[in-house]
Order: sequence, then C-alpha cells, then structure tokens
Amino acid sequence: MKGMTIIVKTVSSWVKVLIFLFGINIILFGHLTPGGGFAGGVILAASYVLLMLAFGRDFAEKNLSLTAASQLDCVGALMFAAVALVGLLYGAASFFWNLIHQQYLADKATEFKLVSAGIIPLCNIAIGLKVGASLFLVILTLSICCKDFKHSTPSTKE
Amino acid sequence: MPYALCFLLFTIGLYCAVVKKNMVKIVIGLAVMEYAVNLFLIMLGYRVNGTAPIVDKTYYDSSTHQVTADFLNAAVDPLPQALVLTSIVIGLGTLALMISISIRIYEKYGTFDITEIRKLKG
Amino acid sequence: MSDIPLMLPAFVCIPLVAAFLLPIFGSFGRKGGALTTAVANLATLSLLVMSIASINQFSVYNVGKWSIPLGINMVLDGLTVFFLITVNLVSSAAMLFSVRYMEQYTAKPKYLTLFMLMVAGMNGVVVTGDLFNLFVFLEIASIASYALVGFGCDDEQLEASFKYMVLGEVGSMLVLLAIGLEYGVTGALNMAYISKAVQNNPTNIVLNFALAMFIAGFGLKAALVPFHSWLPDAHSSAPAPISAMLSGILIKVLGVYALLRTIFSIFGISSAVGTLLVVLGVVNMIAGAFLAIGQGDLKRLLAYSSISQVGYIFLGIGLGGVLLTADANPMWATLAILGSLFHLLNHAVSKSLLFLTSGSVEMATGTRQLGQLGGLAEKLPLTRASCAVASASIVGIPPFGGFWSKLILVVAAIGAGIYWAAALIVAVSVCTLIMYLKVHRYVFLGEPSETRRQIKESRGTMAVAMICLACLCVLLGLVFLVPTIRAELLDPAAKVLCDGVKYADKIMEVTRI
Repeated sequence: MKGMTIIVKTVSSWVKVLIFLFGINIILFGHLTPGGGFAGGVILAASYVLLMLAFGRDFAEKNLSLTAASQLDCVGALMFAAVALVGLLYGAASFFWNLIHQQYLADKATEFKLVSAGIIPLCNIAIGLKVGASLFLVILTLSICCKDFKHSTPSTKE
Repeated sequence: MPYALCFLLFTIGLYCAVVKKNMVKIVIGLAVMEYAVNLFLIMLGYRVNGTAPIVDKTYYDSSTHQVTADFLNAAVDPLPQALVLTSIVIGLGTLALMISISIRIYEKYGTFDITEIRKLKG
Repeated sequence: MSDIPLMLPAFVCIPLVAAFLLPIFGSFGRKGGALTTAVANLATLSLLVMSIASINQFSVYNVGKWSIPLGINMVLDGLTVFFLITVNLVSSAAMLFSVRYMEQYTAKPKYLTLFMLMVAGMNGVVVTGDLFNLFVFLEIASIASYALVGFGCDDEQLEASFKYMVLGEVGSMLVLLAIGLEYGVTGALNMAYISKAVQNNPTNIVLNFALAMFIAGFGLKAALVPFHSWLPDAHSSAPAPISAMLSGILIKVLGVYALLRTIFSIFGISSAVGTLLVVLGVVNMIAGAFLAIGQGDLKRLLAYSSISQVGYIFLGIGLGGVLLTADANPMWATLAILGSLFHLLNHAVSKSLLFLTSGSVEMATGTRQLGQLGGLAEKLPLTRASCAVASASIVGIPPFGGFWSKLILVVAAIGAGIYWAAALIVAVSVCTLIMYLKVHRYVFLGEPSETRRQIKESRGTMAVAMICLACLCVLLGLVFLVPTIRAELLDPAAKVLCDGVKYADKIMEVTRI
C-alpha cells in the first residue's frame, strides 16, 4: 500500500501526534470524564492507522512491527490481570478488590482529582494499551490480505 | 413505541443476514442486527428529561460523601450503558473476524457468492 | 474450606493469564514453542485438579467485595461442579492430544492461545452467577471457537467457519435481546434477583417472550433441530482436538448448561416448557440418527451422531421437567434428570475420544472418507481399541458407562408411565448401533490398500490421551455401581435442578451472612 501526496504527509505528521495525545488524555481521565480505556485505545489505534494511510503500510510496519504490537497486546492484558490479582495477595483479600481506594485513600477527600478512585486508572491504562495495540494489529493484518490478492489471479471457482 | 422501531431494525438485519447471497451483505446484516440490540439496551435506561449520569461538583456533597438526591432523580440509568460498551467491544471482535474470514474465502474461491461456496454437502 | 472461595476466580484467571503469556513465549523460537506447550498443559491439568477438589462444596464468591446486586458473584453449587469436571477433563485430554497433532499446522502458539481462551470462556459460563456475565463469557468461548474451526485455512474450513460464525452470532444476538427484555421488566441482572422478580409476576408477556428468545438463542448454540445446520460442517472441518472440544463440551456448556440455568433456576420449569424440550429432544434424536447413517465422511457421521445424543439429554430433562410440574412422585423426575446428566458426562467423554481417534486415523492416512479407508485394524491397534470402547459406550453396551445412563432414562420413562419414550430410546440406540458398526466395518476391517503399508500407530502424547479417555469410559460404567461417587457427584447436580427456583433463596441466604 503506497502513501499519499506530500500535502497529506506533512499535515498528517503533525496531526497524528495530536490524536495520540488526545487518546492518552481520554485514557488517563477515564474515571472523571466519559471515555475510559476502550475509547482511548481506539483513538490510539486511529493515530497509527492515519500513519499507515498517509505514509504507506511498510513505513507503519517499520514503526511498530507485528510482533511488537502483539507483545504490547499481551503486556496490556497481563498488566490488567496483575492489577486484579494484587487484591488477592493482600490481607482480607478478594479478586479485583479496589485495594488502593479502600486501604489508602478512603480517609482522604480525593474525589474529582486525577489521582483517585483506586485501581480504576490503572485498569484504564492497561485496557487502553491492549485495545490500541490489538486494533492496530487487526487493521495491519487485514491490509496484508488486501495487498496479496491484488497481484494474484483469483482461484478457479469450485 | 421507540422499542418497536428497534425490533424493526432487528428484523431488517435478520432478513439481510438470512436472505442475501453476497457474503459482505450478510456481514453487514449481522452488524445492523447487533447495533439494533445495542440501541434497544440503551433505550431501556432512558428517563424523560434526564441528564447524563456523570457526577461533578454540583451534584456532590463533600460533607457526607454522597451524591445529591436530585442527581439520582434526574440522571438516566448508567447500567445499560456499561452493558452496551461491553457489547460494542464484542461486536468489534466478531466483525473483525468475519471480515478476515470473508477475505480469505475470496482468495480461495474467487467469489463472494455463497451459493457457489458449497464444497461441504450432505 | 477457607481456600475454596479463592479457587472460583482461579478457574477463569488461570486460563486467561496462560493465554496471554503464550504469545510472549512463542516468539522465542523452538525452545519457546516447547515452553508454551508445557505451560498450556500445566494450566489445563491444574484446572482439572482444582475442579476435582471442589466436589461437594457450595460457596458464593463476591468479586471485588461488592455484594449483589451491585456486583457480580460467582457461585459453586452441585451443577457447577459437575460441569467443571466435564469441561476440564475433556480439555486436558484434548490439550495432551494436540501436542503431537498440531505439529501438522503452523502457528502453534496462536492455536494454544485460542484454546486457552475457549477453556476460560467455558469455565466462566459455568461459574458465574450473573446473566450478563454469562453472555460475555459465552461470547469469549464462541469467538475463540469460530477462529479455531477455521484454523487450517483450507477452503472447507473457512467455509464451515463462516457458516458457523453467522449462525452463532444470530444466536448470541437473540440471547442479548432476551437479556435486554428481562432487564427492562425486572431491573436486575443477577440470577437470584431475576428469579425473585419472575416469581413475583409469573404471567408477564414480555418475560415469556424473553424466555422464548433464550430457548431459541441457547438452542442454536446447542444445535437443536431447526438450528442444527452449522454443526456437521463445523465439527467435521475443524482440527481433531477442536472437534472433540466442540462436540464434547462446547455445545453442552454453552447450550445445555445455559438453558438449564435459565429454565430451572431463573424462570422455573413449567409443563409447557417441559413438553417443548421433550418434543425438541425427540426430533433431534430421530433426525440425527437417520441423517448419520447415510454419511460418507467419518467426522460428519460423528457430528450427526452428536446431534442425536444431545436429543437424548433434552428428552431426559424435558421428561424430568414435565414430571416435576405434574405433581407426581418426584422420584421419577429426579431419576430422569440424573440419567440425562450422566448421559451428558458419558457422551462428552466418549464422543471426544471418538473424534480424537478419527484425528489419529486422519493423521496416519490423510483422508476422512469412509470409502477410501479400510483395513487399518492391524496397523493402528490402539486407535481401533479406543474407537471400539468409545462406540460401545455411546451405543449402550454393558458394562460401559453409556449403558447405565440409557438404562436410567428407560427406567424413569417406564416408571412414570410414558412408555413411548422408553421404546423410542431403545429404537434410536439400535440405529446408533447400526451407524457405529458401519464406522468399524469401513475404517478398520477389510483389506488395506497398497499405499497404506507404511502407516504407523500414533505415538507419544496422542496415545496417552486416547488411553486415558478409554480407561475413563470403562471406569464410568464401573464406578456408577459404587454409590458414594454417585452421591457425591451426580446427586447434588440433579438436586440443584429439581430444587429449581430455590436457588435464589440459597444465594440470598448466603450473602446475608
């Protein structure tokens, strides 16, 4: 998949950074404003898709390769599992227990601030990482399929 | 009455998934069916003249650490919104898998027409 | 007893963590490949050990310490333990088998990841106590199975996967619509709370419509007869251990278990629903048996036989439901339900063993068509013996396990005075005998052709998995005569179903403490 004209390349090289930053904003403030992990992750993936559309698939693949995206995906899921399991190891334990909020922050009045609501921002970050990486992986893989069959003749029917 | 329109959309999607012969149209029919069910779920939580269920400082009483009563009376139900979020993610995964299988079938068979993709019979 | 509650989230957590660790190890090359297989096998075996350790326990676990109805709870009662043991048993055996079998395919770490996700989804469906959580886990297991059916990316596998996927998604959408309808009426998603609300208004039209949608949606997953057309294609085109998992446990967990929970514990059995289940079961039995006899493809014949045996399970459950609501002696109802649950366990073990042996045959000879096989008896003796044991168990020859479960169903039918059901069970067993005699005659007896002189018996973990399942088929028949195992495993499961809506009282009483 080839890239686009010089105007599109220049503008999108500025805009994709803004989109990426916006995605990080939606993830980090997920417990205060609408959005959260999944929506922010989709926006992160969208910034990489813009990179792929404007500069060509090979450039995007050199930027974040298939194996690197797959490993980021797994790291995001394992981070989420680690956050959930930490509640088990603590004293009066429970799976997925919001331990930071109940243990450390329960007395302080920390509503509506960035550092509040316990494990929820950590879960949001893990999900945002995972969703962003896996959506980018999906679109990259689909574009591999498109690339191949344009050059080959379709197989005979039945 | 808006629920009837959701069911109409659901039946349109079901008709499209069952009757049409092009694989991409079947996938689109399934997507329409999925969005109809999501729309139905969101409409369940609606309250007339309701506000968005987001708490900010005007609705919050810092002394008792509780939300105010008029927030509870005015906000729409946030639980169906959480259900729909999950359902949209599931729909995304399903759609991605279906599209990639359709592309691979096109590579192997050369056509999107399901009446010609009939190697498995009996 | 204090670490029993900690085991409940582990049933879901262990396969999920294993599923996401595997691609990281898999990118390290060949040594990484061996490590991934070892991790996956360890995970399934540990799940099996944990599910055996939880026999005869009852516990409720509130995730995140949020009590219901604010949070989600996980429930471990008799039915759950029974299904957990079935699921983890078959998945450990299939995982052992696929160590050698999947060497034929590339991308083995991806296969193991999808397999672990399917196991996590099935365990989650069985363990959860919340209806929407059941839907989420059902979707996880279904999507993993759609990808696994088309894993080899041949023409037939992709076509079967697409057909399975479209029909499966229609079923899931029906289930989600039904969940939305009942949330609109009752305002609760937890199974205990929904049950209380349904008992309070029993003749609500919207709730009955939601029940009909549940039966349609879960019935599509269980391959009930108007919706069975995906099953022969999907189960015959999938790789052999995946066919074993799909036919042995997936249609039962996603279809039969979800229907049992919804009908018995949430909505409460009524005679109309019981009669419907009986009718559907009878149609399944007859249609599956007749369509199977004429098949020319080995795995397609086994798939149609699965449809027939699922019909037995629904016939038993429907009979039990009708007898429970008819105010008759509850002994026959309990016996019918016990018979169908035991038949579910027997069928899971023997059908998965049959699919594993068909995979062994396919790996040795390269074909599945009955017309081209033949004379494999002296080349593949272990496969032949396992196939004989498994088919004897399904047909119902004493002393194998299937004989006892069919005997219980016949005794329950005769004792309740429903003689035509008993006659039908025996008649369809005769048809089943015909179809498996056909399998043996075409595959194993006769003269081998010239090109087949060099094939060898399957070795290593494939042989271990087949021997374990074959021993289990024999043991299930013998241990049934030992009453303590029957009392520990089967009676609590049947009791949960016969108690019906008292499930809600039990859950609420535990969470008040």
